[in-house]
Amino acid sequence: MEVLAVLIPVSLFLGLLGLGAFFWTLKKGQYDDPEGDSRRILNPDYDDHPKPPEPEDR
Amino acid sequence: MTEALRPPPSACPACAVAPVAAEAAGQVRDARLLLSLPTIHCAGCIAAVERELARAPGVRSARVNLTLKRASVDADAEVTAATLIDRLGRIGYEAHELDPGVLSMTETDRQGRDLLMRLGVAGFAMMNIMLLSVAVWSGAEDATRDLFHMISGMIAIPTVLFAGQPFFRNAWAALRAFRLGMDVPISLAILLATGISIYETFNSGHHAYFDAAVMLTFFLLAGRYLDFRTRAVARSAAQELAALEVPRALRIAGGVESEVPAAELAPGDMVRVRPGGRIPVDGLVTEGSSELDRSLLTGESLPAWAGQGTAVSAGEVNLTGPLTVRVTAAGKDSSLHRMADLVAVAESARTRYTSLADRAARAYSPVVHILAFAAFLGWMWVSGGDLRLAINIAAATLIITCPCALGLAVPAVVTAASGKLFRAGLLIKDGTALERLAEVDTVVFDKTGTLTLGTPEPTNADSHDADARAVALVLARASSHPLARALAEALDGTAPAAVADLREVPGYGVEGMWRGHSVRLGRARWVGAEAAGAVTATWLSLGQGAPVAFTFADRLRPGAAEAVAALRDQGKEIHLVSGDVAPAVADLAARLGIARWQAETLPAEKVRVVADLAAAGRRVLMVGDGLNDTAALAAAHVSISPASALDAARAASDIVLLGRDIAPIGMAARIAVTSTRRIRENFWLSGLYNVVAVPVALLGFCTPLWAALAMSTSSITVSLNALRLK
Repeated sequence: MEVLAVLIPVSLFLGLLGLGAFFWTLKKGQYDDPEGDSRRILNPDYDDHPKPPEPEDR
Repeated sequence: MTEALRPPPSACPACAVAPVAAEAAGQVRDARLLLSLPTIHCAGCIAAVERELARAPGVRSARVNLTLKRASVDADAEVTAATLIDRLGRIGYEAHELDPGVLSMTETDRQGRDLLMRLGVAGFAMMNIMLLSVAVWSGAEDATRDLFHMISGMIAIPTVLFAGQPFFRNAWAALRAFRLGMDVPISLAILLATGISIYETFNSGHHAYFDAAVMLTFFLLAGRYLDFRTRAVARSAAQELAALEVPRALRIAGGVESEVPAAELAPGDMVRVRPGGRIPVDGLVTEGSSELDRSLLTGESLPAWAGQGTAVSAGEVNLTGPLTVRVTAAGKDSSLHRMADLVAVAESARTRYTSLADRAARAYSPVVHILAFAAFLGWMWVSGGDLRLAINIAAATLIITCPCALGLAVPAVVTAASGKLFRAGLLIKDGTALERLAEVDTVVFDKTGTLTLGTPEPTNADSHDADARAVALVLARASSHPLARALAEALDGTAPAAVADLREVPGYGVEGMWRGHSVRLGRARWVGAEAAGAVTATWLSLGQGAPVAFTFADRLRPGAAEAVAALRDQGKEIHLVSGDVAPAVADLAARLGIARWQAETLPAEKVRVVADLAAAGRRVLMVGDGLNDTAALAAAHVSISPASALDAARAASDIVLLGRDIAPIGMAARIAVTSTRRIRENFWLSGLYNVVAVPVALLGFCTPLWAALAMSTSSITVSLNALRLK
């Protein structure tokens, strides 16, 4: 049972990591255009090199 | 406003003036432009639009939002919307400029993010607590169980305090107003469940309801978020329609024209109204002659002549020549605003409608409280004063009856239905609109601009001889009058005649020289003919022989016949009430097979028609677009207006048709009926589950496992039932 002392904090930490990631995506406005984002993956641009950074507008 | 008469957006005078004004103010401001792109729909569109916008000189970045069908552009100050709209037009995308001021979505955005964040926290907590709970349910005992309960509590307490806030706030507001809303039992259940779980944890109890409390919060927040998103989408689309029309006027002062907001005009000002523009005020024409389209105010499809001394009203559209108007009433005193007051009166009468959800909550809240209280008293008596047991059972009753499924029952269905209707081109503005639409048994249609497009269609162009057609084509092409444009379109393909010296006489017609004769196309009197009754016609004189008439009928809106047929098949009674003259209304009624029609009705009479039907126990759906329909739209049980309608009419209606096609109305009525049925089924489903679960809870057999199972199965059943909507 001693293993619980390790596993529970680990699982909580991983969960919090996920929650943090969720907050970050929320702040970055990644849920503003669900329709468009699901289709942008079909866009052939930016395949060879990453998309140039855009000035953040918020 | 009818499509054909809408001034092209690129002609917007503001576009030419704005950059100059910015420079004059001595500041180099970056342009931040919002464009509406109604026709984009796929990945290819996104790429094409963004690439084209990025290629425009001065544009720094452009981002398309497909959900809102909008593009936001960051650009240098000299870039104007008109140039970008032109660019997009060339590659085949329709674009309109939006007023970013009207579309400041920050408040709505903030609310949505807030809800989503609470939902995320609740979801995170629910999953982690569930992991620990599964261990307890599978038989963890003594110290292990207490430790697990402790950890669950450490996750659950902050979660409930943070994520439950929307419910607590509403419940507090309800209690202060001496009401019992849906949120009072919800808050009570969440707080009581958390409270006794804390107590049980410290006393090494067997059952803790932390998972139930958090799960309740999560499912209910999911329902709230769905509800919020439906309304937010509708609101942003409605705002977008409003942002398309920037009310401006050209004021003439000291011989100089300047553009001012229509709100700043005062009686006595002189205003210039260009052809194609909407008249912003009530006034008298002092200069120029033209023809006016009054269809939005009165429903007349025939343009009326206007010259010096003619009284004009706000909302009319100037068709052919420029007019100078002396303002007699502006702003609040104008006829446009008096009509808006009528709407306000009618709207206050409507708010009495109670939604299905409200009715369910009203029946539900007292029952739940009484049940829980009875359980408490009953077990106090049976156990001989065991307070801990009695409170435990009362809390279990509250938790298990808690309206997880009830909270999802309506939003899940409305989200599914409005998503479906939005894709079909219908925008649901009001949450209860679908329920009200489902009850409708009578439909009242307006004619001009609703069942018809308000654009004329020649009926006898082919019966004239070749010379007449050839001359008429050339003359018609010289004018932007709607009759002339329709005629030119119909005659397209005939060889044009050689007509010289073409000249448009605003308000009368077009004239020219052909084979040595003066030829004219226009009003009957000006051409030298007797007007032929009430049939819309334009006359052609070839200089010799009697003038000939080209007659017109109002063009049917696409889908009008289908919509009327579909509604009739659903057993609804159909009325046609129009402000237009009797022959035109009778003709349309016959074409669509509508037996009950009324012509030449004034706005107040339209309201009376609707009110009389309502008094006779009928539930009326009003479909209209004009200012003369606005009050009737607000007075009806539920109302629909096309996107081309005047903004007052759109504001007064519950559902807006986004496309030109009116056929989706039939589909909307059908979906409204099915979705209301689904909502009722959902209420029955959650009720049924309570019938099974409540006795279990009352008898004290309810464990946290039971509560968790019952809660999630009922919520999932309700959501799946909503998705069945076809």
